[in-house]
Amino acid sequence: MIKCKTSKEIGGMGHSKKRKEDARFIQGKGNYVDDVKLPGMLYMDIVRSPYAYAKIKSIDATAALAIPGVVAVVTGKDLEKYGLHWMPTLMSDTQMVLPTDTVMYQAQEVAAVIATSRYLARDGKEAVMVDYEPMKPVMDPFKALDEDAPVLRSDQEGKTDNHIWHWEVGDKEKTANVFDNADVVVKQQMHIPRIHVASIETCGCVASYDKVTNHLTMYMTTQAPHAIRTVIALVAGHVGLTEEKIRVISPDIGGGFGGKVPVYPGYVIAIAVSFLTGAPIKWIEDRSENLQADSFARDYHITAEMAGTKDGKIQATRFKVLADHGYTDASANPSKFPTGLFSIGTGSYDYGAAYMEADAVYTNKPPGGVAYRCSFRVTEAVHAIERMTDMFAKKVGKDPAQLRMENFIKKEDFPWASPTGWSYDSGDYHAGLQKAMDAIDYHGLRKEQIEMRAEGKFLGIGISTFTEVVGAGPSQDFDILGIKMFDSAEIRVHPTGKAIARFGTKSQGQGHETTYAQIIAEELGIPMEHIQIEEGDTDTAPYGLGTYASRSTPTAGAAAAMAARKLRDKAKKIAAHLLEVSEQDLEWEPGKFFVKGAPEKSKTIQEIVFAAYTNHPEGMEGGFEATHYYDPPNLTFPSGAYICVVEVDAETCDIKVRRFVAIDDCGNIINPMIVQGQVHGGLTQGIAPAMYEELIYDDSGNILNGTFMDYLVPTAVESPSWETGHTVTPAPHHPIGAKGVGESPTVGAPPAIVNAIVDAVAHLGIKHLEIPVTPFKLFKELQNVGYFKKTT
Amino acid sequence: MIAENFNYDAPTSLDEAIALLHEYGDDAKILAGGHSLIPMMKLRFASPTHLIDINNIPGLSYVKEEDGYLKIGAMTKEVEVEESEIIHAKYQIFMDATKLIADPQVRNFGTLGGNLAHGDAANDHPAVMIALGADVEITGKDGKRTVGIDDFFQGFYTTAVEHGEVLTEIRIPAASGNYGSAYHKAERKVGDYATAGVAAMIQMDDQGRCTKAGIGLTNVSPLPLRASRSEEVLIGSDLSEAVIAQAAQYASEDCSPSEDLRGNVEYKRHLVSVITKRMINKAISRAKK
Ligand SMILES: Cc1cc2nc3c(=O)[nH]c(=O)nc-3n(C[C@H](O)[C@H](O)[C@H](O)COP(=O)(O)OP(=O)(O)OC[C@H]3O[C@@H](n4cnc5c(N)ncnc54)[C@H](O)[C@@H]3O)c2cc1C
Repeated sequence: MIKCKTSKEIGGMGHSKKRKEDARFIQGKGNYVDDVKLPGMLYMDIVRSPYAYAKIKSIDATAALAIPGVVAVVTGKDLEKYGLHWMPTLMSDTQMVLPTDTVMYQAQEVAAVIATSRYLARDGKEAVMVDYEPMKPVMDPFKALDEDAPVLRSDQEGKTDNHIWHWEVGDKEKTANVFDNADVVVKQQMHIPRIHVASIETCGCVASYDKVTNHLTMYMTTQAPHAIRTVIALVAGHVGLTEEKIRVISPDIGGGFGGKVPVYPGYVIAIAVSFLTGAPIKWIEDRSENLQADSFARDYHITAEMAGTKDGKIQATRFKVLADHGYTDASANPSKFPTGLFSIGTGSYDYGAAYMEADAVYTNKPPGGVAYRCSFRVTEAVHAIERMTDMFAKKVGKDPAQLRMENFIKKEDFPWASPTGWSYDSGDYHAGLQKAMDAIDYHGLRKEQIEMRAEGKFLGIGISTFTEVVGAGPSQDFDILGIKMFDSAEIRVHPTGKAIARFGTKSQGQGHETTYAQIIAEELGIPMEHIQIEEGDTDTAPYGLGTYASRSTPTAGAAAAMAARKLRDKAKKIAAHLLEVSEQDLEWEPGKFFVKGAPEKSKTIQEIVFAAYTNHPEGMEGGFEATHYYDPPNLTFPSGAYICVVEVDAETCDIKVRRFVAIDDCGNIINPMIVQGQVHGGLTQGIAPAMYEELIYDDSGNILNGTFMDYLVPTAVESPSWETGHTVTPAPHHPIGAKGVGESPTVGAPPAIVNAIVDAVAHLGIKHLEIPVTPFKLFKELQNVGYFKKTT
Repeated sequence: MIAENFNYDAPTSLDEAIALLHEYGDDAKILAGGHSLIPMMKLRFASPTHLIDINNIPGLSYVKEEDGYLKIGAMTKEVEVEESEIIHAKYQIFMDATKLIADPQVRNFGTLGGNLAHGDAANDHPAVMIALGADVEITGKDGKRTVGIDDFFQGFYTTAVEHGEVLTEIRIPAASGNYGSAYHKAERKVGDYATAGVAAMIQMDDQGRCTKAGIGLTNVSPLPLRASRSEEVLIGSDLSEAVIAQAAQYASEDCSPSEDLRGNVEYKRHLVSVITKRMINKAISRAKK
């Protein structure tokens, strides 16, 4: 049980308050971008390339334009006239808005059709004739670096290959030295496949440019409205769209998961067309477009190595990554971190030497590299380290739980300097794993495993004890396009003691309307029900970089607490004035100040706020408002101990997750129910890449599973009944000791599941399985080790 | 995901529906539950200019035993089959199969007639009907005719239902004696079409000798497949483990799966063998109850 400082009525931190936003969601009263309807609105559909790599010989719009109601067909050549056919990516690469001569991936935008209805726009799209000259695409990232590979980005001056960047961290020589002298080395090549966030709501916008006021209002599915406003101003400032004339509104969002951070060509085309026509333009992707063209996640090929002693002490790790970025680097990473926070990959273990390097390449695949429910490439890193830890345990003949216990960074050793440069703020890894082992009866399961094997049945137990790194981030290191990654809160308390607070972040299902209110309630003692939270409108909210990478609580949540504390300081002054005592004589309990030793002499926060408008001390500013921009001193380091139990059908290779225990440590908990909900959703998005999801392309560049028929998003049926719990190790540097939790389960679950499946069939000679581990893949692997006969 | 323009009619009698089909010709399509047809239209794989919605025609939706048959009206929805008492009591194979068809949303709309008339070897009811030895009643301008299930499926998306005709009833020889049936398919996730599926029906005399057997296979050949050699080895046998293994082996040899994202040929044959064995055993244990 969590101890709460505030009463249930106030509903501060630790109370499982029902989500305020759910009342409208469960009644179907949410307001999403596609609900926006403006007078005179036109609709856009997008012609997309059937080829992965082709020259555009001609685009013939005659038949489309002959359809009554089709207003315009826009091509790259049209945008070129305004210098809008290319745009910058968040990683300072460039991306086509619409191509003028070459398409670089299947489903790339080729032309836009504008019509008076959504249906006519689609009919128009079918009628646009594009003549292509297909070329042989580069699909294999390893082959992209071959001497004779075509140079895909010939638009970049002087480019002679498909290499994008090289990155490295850690001490190469020291690490090599440890490897050269180690008793035991394990090495494994693994692929963290290309996947998609597949949020329920696809992407879209309504761009509405007013030719009279020269203002653009942009309703869009974005996780970072303020950053988008700045990007639009940077891209279109030269045609008169300067930042004060742009209002970005991000209404309710049906899931983001990182996929709604990038700027997609569709948004820019809609803005351009609205700018030229003065009509509002609505663009809403359909499901296939979303899956096939919008930013992917992951796609890291990792060669991972671990070195240690024969009695099981980990001494060093070395990772070499090849990152397939598609045709442009449109990752959503902080500027200085081309591999995101991959360098967290040394994990939860205490050793001194690590070296990691990565190279990124261009291929004829869609761009992206979004942080899919993950703090920038942490998922890839955690998969590698947790798989290697298991392989190392196997090699030295130790139980994987035992080996982890022996190698964990100790509680008393925090803050801990990692060999790749992080300062882990806090953690208690032993307690987490012990709690998970007790909850699942780890030793009992090991016995059962032996008994079941004797009957020819396969039971597997897999562990993942991960360290996350979230809350980007401290301004000395973290920026996006130069803008520092702090975040903001603004609190206004009305005379009657009710409040509105606005934020630079943007909830997409995380429950900010509830949790931010609880943080403010905790600090000010105003009941959380009385605090309205608003986000997503750049005209009203303070500037902030948005919601992704589990950063909202670490940054904006901290800002809320800090702004509330400013107000409490003011409240104290007013209370002293009202009670005619000095400030030092006052004591705070949630909801009121009272005189030390005379608790009957008190003023409630509501009385104090009223006085701020009616009877404030002379010389003090009236009103009761505060703003805070919070620049975190460090990132926060949530951790978790996950144990998964699987049963594998020895004949069909069906894999069933029997139990899954997730013990998370996200520091102090704001709302246990919301944390649990976040963990449930995240775990389900963790079984997704582990067992189901992967975007598959053939050699010609065709996507083979571009619909939900074959891109297998797991549902409630595939999910076991998740068992969750927590340990609490507060972040020492964070105002409320919270760490961020939204992404831990997505990051931590896949290796637990894969470790379990490998464990289930390890006695048959299986050492490693690539994700997603499907029954079909497992069947083939079991053929390779001779368990099933090969018949062909 | 937006269909091309089409016209829509919702006749209230079978005669009217048939007349409309004749009037509009080849470009007209019957709309039943719409859960195969509408996705195809949205993807623009099908572009009928006329949809004849037969949902408003009374008397096409029922599950009943009559004249030695289990009779299922063409417009009976999956959910109605799931909830039918006769089905629960005697034809558990439908409980197995409907549960594996997509999700409640689809089952609230999809009809048994549509599932067969769609003519897709990936659908689950074709194999079930093969195992149960169903007949299909088809109504046209000149009245009704009956087609055995083995003659019903004629090609990819083509069946014995001619243009201008409506599938009206499915007739299954009623369960009698020691009768059991079962269905299972391997699927990648809920709602997926079968990687491989097997329907089995077994009838035994009191000595445990097999008197009747039906084995139908889903999505492992271009057309829904009857595993005839498997049936032959079962009928008249004592249903020993060896016989069942042989039947499973025959089924896996006689199907002709093709490689796709669900699996390669070897894997699918392997699944057919395992699932055939399991479904025969399940049918037997149900027959014994
Ligand atoms: C997400 C999803 C998953 C699915 N998964 C499965 C699955 O796992 N297994 C499975 O078996 N099915 C599955 N289906 C298909 C579903 O069961 C369909 O409902 C069924 O195949 C067709 O029935 P319907 O009533 O919807 O027919 P419709 O879609 O209305 O019609 C299908 C075809 O049959 C014709 N037709 C329909 N009724 C008649 C009639 N009485 N006489 C003559 N012609 C007729 C139509 O003209 C059309 O050509 C799935 C569908 C969806 C959308």
